Amino acid sequence: MTIEELEQIAVSVHQENAKYDFEVNVCMDLACNSQGAGAVREALVKAAEASGKKVLIRKTGCMGPCSSGPLVRVDPDDALYHHVKEKDAEPIVAHLGGDPVAELQCDLNEHFDKQVRVVLENAGHIDPEKIDDYISRDGYKALLTVLTEMTPSGVIHRITESGLRGRGGGGYPTGLKWSTVAKSGGDMKYVVCNGDEGDPGAFMDRSVMEGDPHRVIEGMAIAAYAVGAGKGFIYVRAEYPVAVSRLTTAIREARRRGLLGTNLGGTTFSFDVEIRLGAGAFVCGEETALIASIEGKRGTPRPRPPYPAMSGLWGKPTLINNVETYANVAPIIRNGGKWFHDMGSERSKGTKVFALTGRINHTGLIEVPLGIKLWEIIDVIGGGVPGGHKLKAVQTGGPSGGCIPADMLGLGVSYDALMAAGSIMGSGGMIVMDDTSCMVNVARFFVEFCMTESCGKCIPCRAGTAQMYTLLTRICEGSATMDDLHLLEELCGTVKETSLCGLGQTAPNPVLSTLKYFRHEYIDHIVQKHCPAGVCNLNASVEVPA
Amino acid sequence: MPAFTPPPLPSEDKRWKIVNGTMRKNGFARHALIETLHTVQSSFGYLDDDAIRFVAQSLRVPLSQAYGVVTFYHYFSLKPPGKHTMTICAGTACYIKGTDKLIAAAEQKLGIRSGQTTPGGGVSLMTARCVGACSRAPVMLTDGNVSGEVTAEQMIAQLERWAVE
Repeated sequence: MTIEELEQIAVSVHQENAKYDFEVNVCMDLACNSQGAGAVREALVKAAEASGKKVLIRKTGCMGPCSSGPLVRVDPDDALYHHVKEKDAEPIVAHLGGDPVAELQCDLNEHFDKQVRVVLENAGHIDPEKIDDYISRDGYKALLTVLTEMTPSGVIHRITESGLRGRGGGGYPTGLKWSTVAKSGGDMKYVVCNGDEGDPGAFMDRSVMEGDPHRVIEGMAIAAYAVGAGKGFIYVRAEYPVAVSRLTTAIREARRRGLLGTNLGGTTFSFDVEIRLGAGAFVCGEETALIASIEGKRGTPRPRPPYPAMSGLWGKPTLINNVETYANVAPIIRNGGKWFHDMGSERSKGTKVFALTGRINHTGLIEVPLGIKLWEIIDVIGGGVPGGHKLKAVQTGGPSGGCIPADMLGLGVSYDALMAAGSIMGSGGMIVMDDTSCMVNVARFFVEFCMTESCGKCIPCRAGTAQMYTLLTRICEGSATMDDLHLLEELCGTVKETSLCGLGQTAPNPVLSTLKYFRHEYIDHIVQKHCPAGVCNLNASVEVPA
Repeated sequence: MPAFTPPPLPSEDKRWKIVNGTMRKNGFARHALIETLHTVQSSFGYLDDDAIRFVAQSLRVPLSQAYGVVTFYHYFSLKPPGKHTMTICAGTACYIKGTDKLIAAAEQKLGIRSGQTTPGGGVSLMTARCVGACSRAPVMLTDGNVSGEVTAEQMIAQLERWAVE
């Protein structure tokens, strides 16, 4: 496969598409599908056939505002329809080329205007099961350019120049990680894609793997060339069967087109990818635990150093990046490092995909430039809190993150600002809570999660999270004393400082951040035996020991 | 070193051939343990002692390591599932939208705790860590099919439909 052949494929796709007067894109992502997108698509196919119009009906990945699903976008009319039902198929087809169907039009201009799409640029525009669709939108161009025109160090330089930081949560500079692996000696190296999106409440990586799988593969292949690896693994949660099937199809298609395998682009570079299934262990998002899992063992972490960049999979130098990190690689190569560097805030470059969920009007997937103010996400993109309720907090970073209170909405969303506020960027879950959520109960929910997910290898995490859970349960049930609260705070410090891996080190974050901003709720539970949100069932008869 | 001969298939059941196929595809390498266990679970619905023993012997993995892996990962089940499975998502977005009430209602209706199967083997009640449909929370899966914005009434109605089958 050469760049000329690639362009030939793109031309033939455009010629094929030109045979149709209209393109009707139906979102088939999990959320829309669960609202009947499959039946809508079938109805549209029938209606199009009956009308005699030349219509291309395409199955696409996530378009974003899931709460408005099922979504249908019509080109070139540029109309987005929401809450589409089977019966709407006929009017939609009848209105093709004319004015859009007014009552179905999705009026979310503000929602989309604030967004910048890099990772999600193809989402809603291509059929994820067709490699040619991806190629027609500049797919694999970056890979072939890199192979024929750039040196590995040139690629690393461009990634470094872009300022891209790891999108899995830690925010480690990607270029630095790549250059460490590149410098490690040895004839066998691996690249691994972490698709074990274990953070409950986050689904960005699922949408990318399902909606644009080739983007991930292309990013991995470029990374492999840059660091000198010949083999890649994509580690995906078994809970994402559609992602597994789309990636399997994508790998097969890429091999067929000569974009994976031996002598890619007529060069001496060879690279292939295999899928490895996770089996439901949150700790496997930690890189050394993930490596153990790929090796077929219990997913327990080990002390670092040595870092996987030196000694990873089967003791070989291994590059591990998150799905979204790899998804950013091809556009950076195509558009240049500076283009990416120009987006975002001072120390957090580019865009970030967030899964906006919870008590908010427009739930779904959004992609915004880093540095955007939190209120812009909540009030403008998300459309605010529904039902006349009052915003209380925004939770980011999942079980390793924290809660940002409503009065801090002026915060610019970046790695450093979130860290300073006691939370973390995390993989991109953003859960909105209103006055019906009890912050003590929320903290207990996350600690219970970490307690169950603790692998048990180190004592601070195994025993510490269990004791934290007991103390929080006492507070929620109204049997705690102020001594318990002090003990909880002390324990949080111990677990944070002494745990072996990220899971334990960050497990106290939800408690610490809620204590920082919502301490009065803890006091209310302990002293007044009262849950301000009315969530906890406090047993008022319990006597407070003097 | 004498060539290793894998153990014979445990029975005539054709599903063992599928399991063997996964191991053969991976050259009977030890690191294929999790892949193989996935194949066993997708073919048989769960992992019993015979299956774990067979896989461990075939891949030359100590039985303790195989059992350790099975019990480490939540996805693997040592008990056969019921005829139907009701899975209620307990991820963060679902929790914020009141999934605890759904779980309590299901437990009360079926008379079992989550993670158990009704005595007649009719329905298994499970909770999931997150199925990634957070924008439609709270979410339930009925035999793997996702429904969003679920109310307790809808869930009970589904359980009642299964009960009269």
